[in-house]
Amino acid sequence: MNRLAARLQALKATRRKALNTFVTAGDPALEATVPAMHALVRGGADIIELGVPFSDPEADGPAIQAASERALANGVRLADVLRMTGEFRRRDAATPIVLMGYLNQFLKYGYSAFCARAQAEGVDGVIVVNMPPEECGAFKAELAARHMDLILLVAPTTTPRRAQVIAEHASGFVYYVSYKGITGAQQADADAVGARLAALRTHTGELPVLVGFGIKDGAAAARVAPHADGVVVGSALVQTMAEAPLRAIPVRLESQARDIRTALDALSPQ
Amino acid sequence: MPERNREPYHAPDAAGRFGEYGGRFVAETLMHALEELARLYESVRADADFQAALARELASYVGRPTPLYRAARLSARAGGARIYLKREDLNHTGAHKINNTVGQAMLAQRMGKTRLIAETGAGQHGVATATVAARMGLECCVYMGTEDIERQGVNVYRMKLLGAEVVPVHSGSRTLKDAMNEAMRDWVTNVDDTHYIIGSVAGPHPYPMLVRDFQAVIGIEAKAQCLEAEGALPDLLVACVGGGSNAMGLFYPFVDDDGVDIVGVEAAGEGLATGRHAAPLSAGLPGVLHGSRTYIMDDDDGQIMQTHSVSAGLDYPGVGPEHAHWKDIGRARYVSVTDHEALAAFRLLTRTEGIIPALESSHAIAWAMAEAARRPASDVIVVNLSGRGDKDIHTVADIDGIEV
Repeated sequence: MNRLAARLQALKATRRKALNTFVTAGDPALEATVPAMHALVRGGADIIELGVPFSDPEADGPAIQAASERALANGVRLADVLRMTGEFRRRDAATPIVLMGYLNQFLKYGYSAFCARAQAEGVDGVIVVNMPPEECGAFKAELAARHMDLILLVAPTTTPRRAQVIAEHASGFVYYVSYKGITGAQQADADAVGARLAALRTHTGELPVLVGFGIKDGAAAARVAPHADGVVVGSALVQTMAEAPLRAIPVRLESQARDIRTALDALSPQ
Repeated sequence: MPERNREPYHAPDAAGRFGEYGGRFVAETLMHALEELARLYESVRADADFQAALARELASYVGRPTPLYRAARLSARAGGARIYLKREDLNHTGAHKINNTVGQAMLAQRMGKTRLIAETGAGQHGVATATVAARMGLECCVYMGTEDIERQGVNVYRMKLLGAEVVPVHSGSRTLKDAMNEAMRDWVTNVDDTHYIIGSVAGPHPYPMLVRDFQAVIGIEAKAQCLEAEGALPDLLVACVGGGSNAMGLFYPFVDDDGVDIVGVEAAGEGLATGRHAAPLSAGLPGVLHGSRTYIMDDDDGQIMQTHSVSAGLDYPGVGPEHAHWKDIGRARYVSVTDHEALAAFRLLTRTEGIIPALESSHAIAWAMAEAARRPASDVIVVNLSGRGDKDIHTVADIDGIEV
């Protein structure tokens, strides 16, 4: 069992919701990322999702596009993202890390070389925004051989037939995209999400489902979380990193994460 | 004639693969829309009513068939093979792009979509989309990089006159690739009522196939016209390749005609050695961009590189996946022509034939001229004159230091 499975299982056992927090690696500065990751964990994040900056992030909204551009201007490469993961691991052996990016960089690095290095640096899973299950075979096999998960997305437009295919290929958790659109553009509609997730669970069974897109604070998280196993918060944190002075970033992220953690824990019967 | 023992060419497969290229690399939100589009397209392919309606539209609105023009003075200048020009510049809106937008707008209507979106580089595809949107009473939104908006002001204004909204794209390199990213973002958001008209044989399946098929009218006509004029098929086809739609449109109907050589001409910009070019087939490697696996220009970290070409329509770091496949199987050869050579061809065609070509098409003219000189007078070369050059007058005047 890898760190991701262990964490999600432990949360389920204590009936708590998972908080997955996203930041773009190398934004706004190379040295900002690892302290930001630790701060998020202190604030109560269960999973760290680390964005691999790409030149053409076609599924991302303005906040994460800008974060990618800043990171690329800082010269961040996929190898740097892996190095940051390793650095984080030296002080945190338990919190699962998932890398999120676009396929071309993983292809360029080479699936096999990437997976070997990612495992060594302590990565637990990968989300590839533009790789649907039909195209995932080779990468998935390499990841699985090294005990890492390929996390697949499900959208409001996903048909039951596709949901079944995705469920068969997915591991770790299923990432449900709460609305049709790009990251950070709208608010998640809890009722619509609830209805869709009930149907989705008939395909995904025991695999945890986390909801992302349009969850910016504790209130939004609390509305959506009852329907899911957890939530993903991204653009709101990226926005904080863009606005805060470098030295203030960890404190602000920690408090932002704690607000969401508190709202999620208020849902659980303790 | 020796009997051919080769199977007729057939691509893509059901997964949208041209050999190892193509496929469908997009966010999950779009997968259903692409499946629907592929399903609908399969049904209209065999639908006589749809095909008849499309043929009527191409004849009465677009102005097809376009002539296959024997460029006698240009050929004499080259000294060698005889050059014919397929006059796609004479289509309504001045380029081949409208062959595809008419077809896709008809598909959109069948799907009940009320809004069209498009990306554009030189503005020709944007104009062609805005035009059919006006013709069919559909809403239209065109994404265009700010750098291209600057160099193609006339087309921007044309689109606005036609009632389209032109959205400036400030991200990345502010050219065609970034316009395509933004159009994808729009489509992901508005997929219920919006059809995305991709303008080239690029993007996720089924776009490379359906754009090819809508553009194939170019080659189908050229084949019949060449047989009529020469009593034989051409020896060589030449077309410029950015995304590669005008090229694929001319080439595809000849794919099984083994005696016909096929050459695609990429933009070498300031020269392949300078790195400032837009020639992924000549100087790139396979990767994944904008929904398909194909040759792209990226750096050693997989970041998409900035491209350069004097012609906005070729200024793109990817290429249609079928061209990638043809390069690998050797069915076509891909070469490149610099800005400088293309500009010389632009001037030459204008002065010798009284035809002002688009800077994109000028790349094909430039290479065909050089090749004609190497071939005997008995050879026939068909060059796709994919668009007219009015849109480029300001670019050329700027280079000449003239204020228009």
